Amino acid sequence: MANASAAATANYTKKDFESDQEVRWCPGCGDYSILANVQRFLPTLNRAPEEFVFVSGIGCSSRFPYYMNTYGFHTIHGRAPAIATGVALTQPDLSTWIISGDGDALSIGGNHLLHLLRRNVDCVFLLFNNRIYGLTKGQYSPTSEVGKVTKSTPLGSLDHPVKPLPYALGSQASFVARTLDRDAKHMGKILEAAYQHKGCSFVEIFQNCNIFNDGAWDYMAERSLRADAQVELEHGKLMIFGKDRDKGIALEGLKPKVVNFAAGDEQAAEDAGVLRYDDSSIEIALLVSQLDAPEFPTPMGVLYRENRATFDDVFHAQLADAKKRFPISDSVDDSLNELYRSGDVWDVE
Amino acid sequence: MTVQLQADILCADSAFRRAAHISFCLLFAILILVVIYSPGFTTKEKMSTPSPSAPSSSHITQELESIVVRFAGDSGDGMQVTGDRFTTESALAGNDLATLPDFPAEIRAPAGTIAGVSGFQIHFGSTDIHTPGDKPDVLVAMNPAALKANLGDLKKGGVVILNEDAFTTKNLNRVDYEINPCEDDQLGIDYRKYVVPITKLTKDALADSGLSSREIDRCKNFFTLGIMLWMFNRPSASTIFWLEKKFAKRPEIAQANITVLKAGMTYAEATEVFSQHSFKIKPAKLSAGSYRSLNGTTATTYGLVSAARKSQRPMFFAAYPITPASEILHQLSAQKQFGVATFQAEDEIAAVCAAIGAAYSGALAVTSSSGPGIALKLEAMSLAVMVELPLVIIDVQRAGPSTGMPTKTEQADLFQALYGRPGESPLCVLAASSPETAFTMSYEACRIALKYMTPVVFLSDGYIANCSQPWRIPDAKDLPAMENRIISETNNPEGSYLPYARDPETLARPWALPGTPGLAHRVGGLEKQVNTGNVNYQPDNHQEMTRLREEKIAKIAAEIPPTKIHGEEQGDLLIVGWGGTEGTLTKAALMAQEEGLSVSRVHLFHLNPLPSDLGEILSRFKNVLIPEINCGQLSQIIRAKYLVDAKGLNLVRGLPLKAEEVLEEIRRIILPH
Repeated sequence: MANASAAATANYTKKDFESDQEVRWCPGCGDYSILANVQRFLPTLNRAPEEFVFVSGIGCSSRFPYYMNTYGFHTIHGRAPAIATGVALTQPDLSTWIISGDGDALSIGGNHLLHLLRRNVDCVFLLFNNRIYGLTKGQYSPTSEVGKVTKSTPLGSLDHPVKPLPYALGSQASFVARTLDRDAKHMGKILEAAYQHKGCSFVEIFQNCNIFNDGAWDYMAERSLRADAQVELEHGKLMIFGKDRDKGIALEGLKPKVVNFAAGDEQAAEDAGVLRYDDSSIEIALLVSQLDAPEFPTPMGVLYRENRATFDDVFHAQLADAKKRFPISDSVDDSLNELYRSGDVWDVE
Repeated sequence: MTVQLQADILCADSAFRRAAHISFCLLFAILILVVIYSPGFTTKEKMSTPSPSAPSSSHITQELESIVVRFAGDSGDGMQVTGDRFTTESALAGNDLATLPDFPAEIRAPAGTIAGVSGFQIHFGSTDIHTPGDKPDVLVAMNPAALKANLGDLKKGGVVILNEDAFTTKNLNRVDYEINPCEDDQLGIDYRKYVVPITKLTKDALADSGLSSREIDRCKNFFTLGIMLWMFNRPSASTIFWLEKKFAKRPEIAQANITVLKAGMTYAEATEVFSQHSFKIKPAKLSAGSYRSLNGTTATTYGLVSAARKSQRPMFFAAYPITPASEILHQLSAQKQFGVATFQAEDEIAAVCAAIGAAYSGALAVTSSSGPGIALKLEAMSLAVMVELPLVIIDVQRAGPSTGMPTKTEQADLFQALYGRPGESPLCVLAASSPETAFTMSYEACRIALKYMTPVVFLSDGYIANCSQPWRIPDAKDLPAMENRIISETNNPEGSYLPYARDPETLARPWALPGTPGLAHRVGGLEKQVNTGNVNYQPDNHQEMTRLREEKIAKIAAEIPPTKIHGEEQGDLLIVGWGGTEGTLTKAALMAQEEGLSVSRVHLFHLNPLPSDLGEILSRFKNVLIPEINCGQLSQIIRAKYLVDAKGLNLVRGLPLKAEEVLEEIRRIILPH
């Protein structure tokens, strides 16, 4: 979602983006860190707070707009993408952000997310994925693992989880990335990339719910495990990971596999067939989006970006074109009177 | 033959003049004349050889006040086009009129079946026309199924025109006709039956056209139109012009249809039966001005476009296709030059939500649907109530519940519009009664939404949407002025902007558009604190906000003009109506008044709030009758709110009410038993 303001003179600080409302998430919630990261990132853009609109659905994450000193709309469950579409189409010059969770975006709102992505509405979509329903006090979500024991599934959940990244790619998203709540530096970088992308930028954020699903991402988020459990995707760079940078992702036929090579030796990695990441390739993105623990490290970073016309642009271009092709009178009344008289008209004396 | 058909009859032959008022005499006289004067004619009135030598002394032109014609055929027979063209020619001839298309829900049901029958009814005349007519005087049946489905409605002694070529054994068997109606003598006795080989004559007329037989077959409805135009002394120039325009890229098709149209007219003129008898309907006495034909859908879109232009707000219209509301989406999508942005959303919920997002961002936002789609929008509508944004929700009602009868009309969404939301969720509800009021009330819906910062439901129905009437074209400068609540500076000198501070007169909150410096604020579905709009769960605050939301809607009553009483100011019975039944109720009240009954009528365009003078008006009548195409929804409201013993007339058949039925109910209530 790129839209640099020309008047980049004012210097904004994090404080300019903080509302006067008390933040009410459970102490220790991953949402705090995401909020802080967004509030730290926005001032770097030199755009006034009123140029941002935050739209959310329902769920813990969706309280987010109340804490931002921007325009904000806390809407109804699952419908934030639809409401944000109306915002973005009406005010294309503003920066529209959607805040959603795994239940809001992928369960009740799955349909709207699909259409937001395929239309490429110019906005940033942040999906806070904690694999649980928090606000309703701990039922399993569409990203929960099979067998999840929760209040609504005391004998374990039965349904197979959805993976947000393949879902987004399959929905024709033009930008897909993943980051982690407790990795501030990484998140800042991803937020920047998402904002700069023109079109709908889909970002999955692994977020910890320390009350109902504590430690859901620890297998890859714990500092000591990160190097071996994550693979950072960088355009043009080899998919190398591991504390000693001695492992990589290679292809055997169409199947990905982990290969080992001499620590830190890029040539050896290349010889071992390690993939050089290309974030403009939908084929590679689709393949990498499926990689999952424990067999594979978790891919992090920008999976895919594609320059494609935004819905806002084509929408307004068509309006402008219609005005050119079918000119109407500048006078409001004359233009309407002409409209009323289109078709067969007869006079009665 | 009927009340209307017995009107002044002018005929060249004085023998006819004497028999003029007795319909069956007329029928038999024609029959006799036919037999005498047309050598190629059988008693079955079968005609295939035009006889140009018809004695002029036998020509009858029957002058009528009004007449009802129904075109019926297979859904592929082009009956809607035929009806539309006949309507335009009648309008151009200066008649007042009302039309009602009646088409199957299936796009192409199996050919020749009852399910596939498509109809179009027009009622036109020299007097005020209020309805498309209860029963047709003339029926055109293009195949056996069309005859079977419609003959029961035809007035006894009415005219029936059959396309002989479609009455094949196969088609007859399909709808269980044992005797071919073309050859059924009884049908010729009960009705004035004309059997015309329309398909064959169309083929003959286009023998040298070079068109394929399929293309030729598709022209046959214009042969029918030609007969009907001649029969009713209608011009054909506008239809010829229309064909040339419509088929500009395929002039050979335009020419073929014109040839067939003219062949139909020539045939009707030249053949005995038609030359014996044509109808003349004088122009109606409409008040001076320019007129055009308008249906409820187009009227609604004109109201919306006018509101967008007059309010100087960009219009954002979002919808999901649904019968019978889709046509609004289609028509508005062709009006983008007026600054109307249209969005076909992924579903009904997305449509209303996108509209709400647009409303938050400063657009005049509108969504439209029909009953099942409105049901999906209700939660979002309650969000619009909570965040107090201007939004117009159009409900083109159809017969329910569930998928119901998509192409049939009903008025059963009143409760859904008024109450179908979580919590105490009041909003303004308006209703149209005709194409003309669909224009004024859709405009009014936008005006109230902007002025009061509220969602407004605009109720139309399948009948209003599709029926056409002559429309006296207004001047846009006479439309009511628009105002809005857009704010660009803070309304709170002591601190931050107060998104829920209210205008004292209307209780409307201000509209701070995203992007406005200094007014950044948050709204949402959680309960608001008075003034600040911050999330608040305090008991007294919720009580106060609930009251404010209710009172704001109640204040809209100030916008409602005094209720017009049609008839005496007091009396034995008051008919209270709303929505698309107005034409029927007008006619029923007039018929009752002609019988000397003390009957008056009011029609409601504002369902929430109701007009403030209504209670007092109701108290002046001994009886209150509320006819509705539902099970008594307005009746319940009137009974509850005004404690009057209102009686309902409730018929849910997917059809408009009939004036006769209402009249009967009036008699039943006020005449001594």
